[in-house]
Amino acid sequence: MRYIEPHAHMVSRTTDDYEKLALAGCEAVCEPAFWAGFDRSSADGFYDYFRQLTEHEPKRAAKYGIKHFSWLCINPKEADDPVFAREVMGLIPEFLQCPTVLGIGEIGLNKNTRNELAIFEEHVQLALDHDLPILMHTPHLEDKLKGTRLMLASLANFSQLDRSKVIIDHVEEHTVPLVLDAGYWAGMTLYPDSKCSLDRAIDILEIYGPERLWLNSACDWGVADPLAVPRCALRMKQRRHTAADIERVVYQNPRDFLAQSPGFVA
Amino acid sequence: MPSKQEILDLQFIEARHKLLDLAAFLDRIDRHPGDDDYRIGALRKALPILLAGRPDRTRAILEALSDPTTEPIPQAAFQGAFGAPPRLTAHNGAQRHGGAD
Ligand SMILES: [Zn+2]
Repeated sequence: MRYIEPHAHMVSRTTDDYEKLALAGCEAVCEPAFWAGFDRSSADGFYDYFRQLTEHEPKRAAKYGIKHFSWLCINPKEADDPVFAREVMGLIPEFLQCPTVLGIGEIGLNKNTRNELAIFEEHVQLALDHDLPILMHTPHLEDKLKGTRLMLASLANFSQLDRSKVIIDHVEEHTVPLVLDAGYWAGMTLYPDSKCSLDRAIDILEIYGPERLWLNSACDWGVADPLAVPRCALRMKQRRHTAADIERVVYQNPRDFLAQSPGFVA
Repeated sequence: MPSKQEILDLQFIEARHKLLDLAAFLDRIDRHPGDDDYRIGALRKALPILLAGRPDRTRAILEALSDPTTEPIPQAAFQGAFGAPPRLTAHNGAQRHGGAD
């Protein structure tokens, strides 16, 4: 089975994980910029991170026959200091010239603060200025519903935004209808003990249909399963989803969304 | 689409296991010393939703465990999340969750 992993933080993963992805049929992996597990002390730290995402990581992936793409931003967890956030954002345009950069992400909210929201909106404008897709993070646990509503209200103010070029990630049962009804794409993250389980993600697919939905592992430095997407494909098979239905969700849908980025090649 | 019987065959043991684990968690909290906090209150409040005759129990439980406020906050008192809306401020000792993703 071929599939695309549309959200993984491979800088935190071992080379063994690249081999596992390749063995499972992964053809491309997309890596949004996010928090390293600790706050970086300077914009230079982000400069090096952006180089890692755009120069180093594609080479690691290529050794296993996997294409590597990235999304750039300052993540919401480190965006609560607007002066610092704007300094980091000033670095991004230079990296947007890299052929494997897909767009701006994963931007969004973390604790739903005013500063996070302001920097989120500046990122949206940056994407619009460069005509690039957007990948959005939604907050954790009890903060997710409020944060999703705040961001949807904010996005509604960007009249020139093409909603088919925006994916709102980490949706669950209480946020997926808000996102899909507004015309955006939605990502389901398969985590062992938060976000979606394999079966809940499949329930959402059965209830809403496969249109504008994708699955990802969002594997990072924390508790996560880099093989969550192929594991979900197996679960879909056990629940009698056809091979064509599975291929649509794990390969065609991410390919169709990502193909809106000039740099993406399936 | 599989029948109810087929879903039961595939997943009943797993669901039974999760139910027992939840019961054991509640027993464990009762048995251990000290005070519990708003999280156990939020869990107990959400439990009746399991028995409600509605098609969206998961969504309802997620909503019950969500921050009900609607305005962005001036500043975050803490980073991370706890899994249930704090009453006013984060409870001391509550284990925060929230990785990179
Ligand atoms: Zn992520």
